[in-house]
Formats: sequence, structure tokens, C-alpha cells
Amino acid sequence: MPGQGLREGKEPRYQLGLQPKGFTDGKKIGKQTVVFHNRPVVLATASVAGPKEGKGPLGRYYDIVKEDTLFGERTWEKAEARLLEEAANLAVKKANLKTQEVDYLLAGDLLNQLIASNLAAREISIPFLGLYGACATMSEALTLAAVLVDGRYGKYALAAASSHHDSAERQYRYPTEMGNQRPPTAQWTVTGAGAALVGASGEGPVITCATVGTVVDIGLKDPNDMGSAMAPAAAETIWQHFQDTGRKPEDYDLIATGDLASVGKGIALDLLKKSGFHLGRNYTDCGVMVYDPSQDVQAGASGCGCSAIVFAGYLMKELAEGRIQRLLLVATGALLSPTSYQQGESIPCIAHAVAVENQRSVKGGAGIG
Amino acid sequence: MVDFLLAFAVGGAICVAAQLVLDLTKLTPAHIMVLFVSLGAVVSGLGLYGPLVKIGGAGATVPLTGFGHALVQGMLEDVRQFGILGLFSGGLRATAVGITSAVVFGYLMAILFNPKG
Amino acid sequence: MVKASNRQKEAYQQLLQKHTPSRPIFRNLVLAFLVGGAITTIGQGVLNFFVSQGLSPKDAATPTAGVMIFLGALLTGLGVYDKIGKFAGMGSALPITGFANSIVSPALEFKREGFVLGVGARMFQVAGPVIVYGVVSSLVVSVLHILVKGV
Repeated sequence: MPGQGLREGKEPRYQLGLQPKGFTDGKKIGKQTVVFHNRPVVLATASVAGPKEGKGPLGRYYDIVKEDTLFGERTWEKAEARLLEEAANLAVKKANLKTQEVDYLLAGDLLNQLIASNLAAREISIPFLGLYGACATMSEALTLAAVLVDGRYGKYALAAASSHHDSAERQYRYPTEMGNQRPPTAQWTVTGAGAALVGASGEGPVITCATVGTVVDIGLKDPNDMGSAMAPAAAETIWQHFQDTGRKPEDYDLIATGDLASVGKGIALDLLKKSGFHLGRNYTDCGVMVYDPSQDVQAGASGCGCSAIVFAGYLMKELAEGRIQRLLLVATGALLSPTSYQQGESIPCIAHAVAVENQRSVKGGAGIG
Repeated sequence: MVDFLLAFAVGGAICVAAQLVLDLTKLTPAHIMVLFVSLGAVVSGLGLYGPLVKIGGAGATVPLTGFGHALVQGMLEDVRQFGILGLFSGGLRATAVGITSAVVFGYLMAILFNPKG
Repeated sequence: MVKASNRQKEAYQQLLQKHTPSRPIFRNLVLAFLVGGAITTIGQGVLNFFVSQGLSPKDAATPTAGVMIFLGALLTGLGVYDKIGKFAGMGSALPITGFANSIVSPALEFKREGFVLGVGARMFQVAGPVIVYGVVSSLVVSVLHILVKGV
């Protein structure tokens, strides 16, 4: 088992990773996990949500809830870019910074050529790296932001992701006015954007480590059943995270996958149980939290915005108020394109795990390693 | 009154058949629309769709199977009148009103409305 | 694991059976019957009107199709047809009003890409295949019909 050897170290210099240092100077442990010894801080987060999301169970946690899905813009794509731009600007503002002080903007969305992020980045003058990780973008962005700040390549990095129900529908499925029935496994793309400002120091929870996922393809092809396709990727990354860090499920107050929704959530739990990890009440999925079942969303929520607004809106407040001390955010992405599934290709999926912990919890040393 | 009931029953039954295909196979609605147009053409060629129209009226002509039926009957009619060239003129002649109104009204609606999402 | 082996895929399919919610087939069929039936009944009313104006039942089918297409197009423009389709399934997709919906919805959606390459080009995203396969299959059927039964 890859993770075993890592538990035996001599100098408990860091809370995480008592591993031989080697080439990466202890920054990389196990097979796929990076450790942030300088503890980059999530200084502030911001979330902007659409009207349907605002009416959902987490509605009161979002910073801004839009009254309609176009809010004066001419196209869904521009509307999505606005969501991202507003979330990014608000996160910077909440951290009492100016955009000029932020070293990097790491953002992504679901649209072709990342057009929502590109249009948003055009309005924000922060050096920009566009990311595509489908709905796993939020944890991909958080990981890279932490890498940049932890590596002292800059003081502040802004991680953000967005999705918009209508821009996603017209690109991946059908025009929004087409009268199609949705099967019970279908998921509803979240209209919303979340942003997190990661800084080298300050108040706020810290990012301690992250596990970068591999692409997992279980051979499913149905774009109306993405939870089932993504569940193995989520389980794989969570398993690898435990192997690499030596942590156990109970070390986390909450493990939240991105958008497996009600179908994929159960599958992921079963898969992890089979490999010996019993996740219980401390496991949830952002895809089942955004909407109420009465909102006619079938299996639940999806989209880059799903884990982005749940993390930036709800989970960060839970951390701030101490109801969660240690969170593992495992955003999940289905890396398909309309071209790939029309050509009969199965759906490649990915998940990245990021551990976000209250500084108290890290200093207290919960006996990791 | 009987004609309304028959239209309801026949139209409903054809839609139920299509719904069964949707629920029991992995075909998308677009595939099923294509399938049923072709099915209508085949049944029409077998000489069975005409009687169904007599029974069901609009119940048989309004679903897309009726579109396939109209195409086949148009072709056969034109072949009778103009010979083999009728194969190429009859189909669209018989469905011209449907296709033209779809284009015209589609364009009109695109001018008048925006998608609501 | 990068790409799953066949054995893994099969094992996964078994796991899926436990978790995949079944489609509410009975409910879907009832709704498809009721809504499909209702739409064709309205069609019958339109047909009867044209017959009362002196058209033969056969000739009346053509203007009926035109009126139904207008209704489907209007309900799509008003943003109603997608809501009907959500619960009626093929009950609203299969009647010719659904054909109109499949033309108007991309026309509206891609208006933002312009009236030529948006509206004009995308209008037949779903209706195009219907016409293509309708024409090709009818041609094959007609040829066979002529070969077997004569003109």
C-alpha cells in the first residue's frame, strides 16, 4: 500500500507529511499528493448564484443571488462571464485587496475555449491562466493557486469557476426551448460562480494538501448520467488521498464531492466501502445540496459552479464558524465534449481533492502522519 | 364527437409507442422522431396507414408518422401523373405546406421572441 | 486504472443496477397518451373546421398541418412548449407541433449568432434529419411499392 511508509517519520516538523524529503523537498508525498508547508490561506471567498439556486436550500449563503438568468446581458455566455467577474471582484474586495495586488487569476468554465473565463478575465486585469477541468475546475484552481502561493511565486492567487445552465444546455444538449424529457439520472447545471482568494498569510482556513486525480473512464457513454460516470474518479482520488497522506475518513469533518448528485453519491460510497474506507455522516456531495428535490432537477446539480458556490458560499462559512474544522473538497469533472460523445467515445472523468483546514486544527495537530 | 375520441385514441397511441421507445432504449428524442417518420413511410407503403387515417383522422396525420405517410403518398401520386420523375417531386409537394410553414413561422418567432431558458 | 477493463465495466454495470433510478415508465406512458391525444384532438378540431369550409378530409390534412405548426411555433416562442415537453415526453415531441418546436427552439437559441449563420443555419438541427430520413425512406418505400405492386 503506497501510503503506509509515510506514517513513519522521525522529525514531526510538519503536521502533514513525515516523509523522506528527496527531490521535492517534501512537497510531494505518495503518488499524487502535494503538501503545502507554507500553508496558503483562503483569505476570502465570494459566490454569485442564479435565481433557481437562490431558491435552493443554500440560498441564504450566497453573496449575490441574481433575479433572472440574463441580468441585462445579451447572451447566456456574457451572463456567465458576468457571474465569474462579479465573484472574482467580490472575493478580492472581501480580502481588502485591489485587483492590481493579485498575482494570478486561475479560472475555468464549461464553455468552448473557456469563453466565459476569457471574457471575465478581459474585464479584470489580473495575470490569467485559463483552466479546463470540467466540473472539477474549482479544486483544480484551488490546488494550483495554493501551489503558486506556497511556492512563493506570488503573494495572492485567485481561484474561480463558473457555469450557467442555459449556456451549458445549448452547447452540450439542446436549445433551451426544446421540449425534451429529462431522465431521472439527468442533472441540472448550476448557474453560478465562486471565487476564492488564496494568500501567503493572513486570517482564514489554510490549504494543507491536495491530491491531483488521474483520468478514470469506466466506459459509460450516457451524457444524461454523469454522476454514474464520475463516481469511480471521485472514489479513486479519495482512495489515493488516504493512501498518500495516511489520513483516514474520520480525520475529516466533511468530505464533499463536487457534483455526483444522488445517483453518483451512492455509487462512490459503495466503491470506497469496497476498498475499505467507510465514509459516513461526514460525507456529502455538493450536487445534492444546491437544489431541493421539489425543484425538478432529477438527480441533482452539476457544473463547475456547483462545487464553486457550495464551497465559496456554504462550506467556507461552516469552516469560519467552526462547525467544520477540516474539509476535503473533491470536485468531480466529466471531461466529455459533444463531439466526443457523438463519435461514440466513453466519458473520461476526473476528480481533484483539496484539504482546507482551520488554522486551529492544523496547529492543534490532529495526529496526521 | 366520435371523430374526436378516435383522434385522441389513435394520436395518443402513436405517442405512447414513441414514449416506449424513449423509455426502453437509449435513443434520443431526435432519433425517435427520425425513426417514426421512416416507420410512417414504411407502414404507408404497406398500404396500412391510409386505413389508419380513415379511422383516426388527425390522430393519424398530426403525429410525425403522418408526415412519412404524406411523403410516400405524394410520391406515388406524382409517379402516376408524371412518371418516374414523380419520385423526386411528389414527396416535397405533398408536404410543402408543412415545411414552408415551419420555416416561415420559425423565422417569424425568431424575430419576435428570445429564448427564456 | 486509466481506462476500465471489460471485467471492471461489467462489475460496474452490476453496481449501477442497484443505484440507477428506474424511469417512471407507467407515468410517462400515461402522460404521453394524454398530451399526445389532446394535441391530435385539437388537430381534429382544426381538420373539421377546414372540412366544414368545403375541403375534402384528405385535402384538409394539409392546412391542418400548417395551423398545428403555427401553434407549436407560437407556444415555443412564448416559452411554454419546453415545459409541456418536460412532462409529456414524446406525447408533445412526436406530433407535428413538436416538429415545429424542434425548428423554432434552435432558431430562437442561435439568433444571438446572427440571422444567417445562427437562425438560418441552425433551424434544422433536429428537423433536418427528420426531413432527410423522411424523404430517403419514402423514396425507397415508393420504389419498392412500384416494383411490387406497379404504379
